[in-house]
Amino acid sequence: MGRVANQLLASILVNSIYEMKNYPVVLVNTVLSPLSFLILIFFVSDGKLLGDAIEGGLIMTMFSSGTSLQSDLSHYKNDFKLQDIVVGSPTIPGVYVAGMAISELLYSSPAIAILIVLFGLFVHATPLQVLGIAAVMVLMFLTSVSLGFALASISADIVQSYAYTRLLSTVFSTLPPVYYPITLIPLPFRYLAYLSPTTYASEIAQNLAGLLQLSSTMFAIDWVILLGLSAVFLWIGVRHARWREK
Amino acid sequence: MSATAGELRCEGLGKVYPNGKKALGSVSFSIPTNGIFALIGRNGAGKTTLTRILSTILEPSYGKATIDGLDVMADATRLRERMAVVPQEGRTISWTTPTQMIGSYLMWRGLGYEESRAKAREAIAQVGLEKHADKLNSTLSGGMKRKVLVAMVIASDAELVFLDEPSTGLDPISRQELWNILTELGKKRFLFLTTHYLEEAEQIADRIGILNGGNLVALGTLPELRSKLQYTYSLKAPRGTALPTIQGESVTRRDGQVQIMTTEDEALAISKGLIERKTQFSVNPVTLDDIFHYLVAQNESAGGRT
Ligand SMILES: Nc1ncnc2c1ncn2[C@@H]1O[C@H](COP(=O)(O)OP(=O)(O)OP(=O)(O)O)[C@@H](O)[C@H]1O
Ligand SMILES: [Mg+2]
Repeated sequence: MGRVANQLLASILVNSIYEMKNYPVVLVNTVLSPLSFLILIFFVSDGKLLGDAIEGGLIMTMFSSGTSLQSDLSHYKNDFKLQDIVVGSPTIPGVYVAGMAISELLYSSPAIAILIVLFGLFVHATPLQVLGIAAVMVLMFLTSVSLGFALASISADIVQSYAYTRLLSTVFSTLPPVYYPITLIPLPFRYLAYLSPTTYASEIAQNLAGLLQLSSTMFAIDWVILLGLSAVFLWIGVRHARWREK
Repeated sequence: MSATAGELRCEGLGKVYPNGKKALGSVSFSIPTNGIFALIGRNGAGKTTLTRILSTILEPSYGKATIDGLDVMADATRLRERMAVVPQEGRTISWTTPTQMIGSYLMWRGLGYEESRAKAREAIAQVGLEKHADKLNSTLSGGMKRKVLVAMVIASDAELVFLDEPSTGLDPISRQELWNILTELGKKRFLFLTTHYLEEAEQIADRIGILNGGNLVALGTLPELRSKLQYTYSLKAPRGTALPTIQGESVTRRDGQVQIMTTEDEALAISKGLIERKTQFSVNPVTLDDIFHYLVAQNESAGGRT
């Protein structure tokens, strides 16, 4: 156990702590990006969608862990050949990636802290509802991180990795109704949104916070689909990420 | 353990990359896993491919390789406990210092934070970088960065060390220093390295392998490689030089020079003739460089290169 903890910590040190310590400016971006959207939605909706925007900020922060992980891992693999160095060492892929993924959370921790405070102030939910929302966030994190690892491990070039990053954020965060209720999207387009796991995540979170009405059947279906999609992406991450190169 | 303990063995090992490029034909050899093994060969010969397969980083397409009886595919987990790797294009993480980078590497090997840092500092001193131990890697010179990566494996306790071109980018003095360090290291561990410096192989390697076009064309100690040739002297002259009929063998090297491999007596006789004709030439006892050029030219004229 001590050994695995050391290996985890190595990934965390390299991917976040040393980076923050040696270049503190990197923190600013991670605080700004989820908050800027929140502020935008707040003004545009005259404050009516504040709750949705706070939850959206949290979901996006969780989901962007995976996109950041994807580009970080590609950078390590293709530019530093760090993956080669670590593959030829006792560290197993799960531990390497877990440490790197925790780093992404550490990066977002200032943003997460602010969002949690705002959530406490402006969103009213029972402990059980909070638990449900927390579970949704964990699923978002696991899903995006698995996908990020799988994509990074098959990327051969940082240019390819940039393309993956943009694709992931467009498909999973720009298009789906994360910062506002899905009912704001006109109908034919709404079905498109249902292609993304973030849509189900935000529907559940919005419903739990009393921001969106859902029938109990819809609520259950959302959970089933979200869990299913998360399982699929986890499976992709575990089975299809390439540790040893082919 | 099995009869293959203490031995690195490849049997019909080959690699075809997903794009169809055949990088290794069918490589078979066996060497003891102690001392220093140097793999030499031209750009694209397959050195990195072979090194990566043996260090469990790349899947072979066919064939089998074992190190101390452990299969590089099936027993990778156990091998990885014992090995350390510096890839050809490995780079120091720019936003870390040498101490942080090497320390983290040792933690990936399972050591604790404090112990890792202490060992990192020791190894950094060993490669002569103590003044730079706490500077950002991005502020070090190219050669210094290379040394940091070498210090990384020195700091580890890995008994099987793979170094793909460790001395590339080092100045002549640093290179000699590195060779001294590697020689010491080779007394306790098995070093598998690739190099383009033939004097490096000549000076520090216990055994040398020559790859060409994905095939192993020679393997052995330096005296063994020399004896493959049956000639003791090498004479080189510019392309187009009119040469007397010789008993030895001559090849035209890729660099355009005519190279004659011959005996001491004949080398002397030819030299006299060339001096009388005021022709430029050089003559020396056979070096690894001569063997390399000779074997590669021979292999290529026999269609070894695809
Ligand atoms: N990922 C890859 N995909 C396709 N072909 C590759 C790949 N990596 C290497 N090759 C090809 O395989 C052959 C052997 O390459 P390798 O890198 O093993 O050579 P090398 O002996 O290490 O050369 P160098 O001295 O330049 O480092 C080359 O023809 C190269 O173009
Ligand atoms: Mg190479």
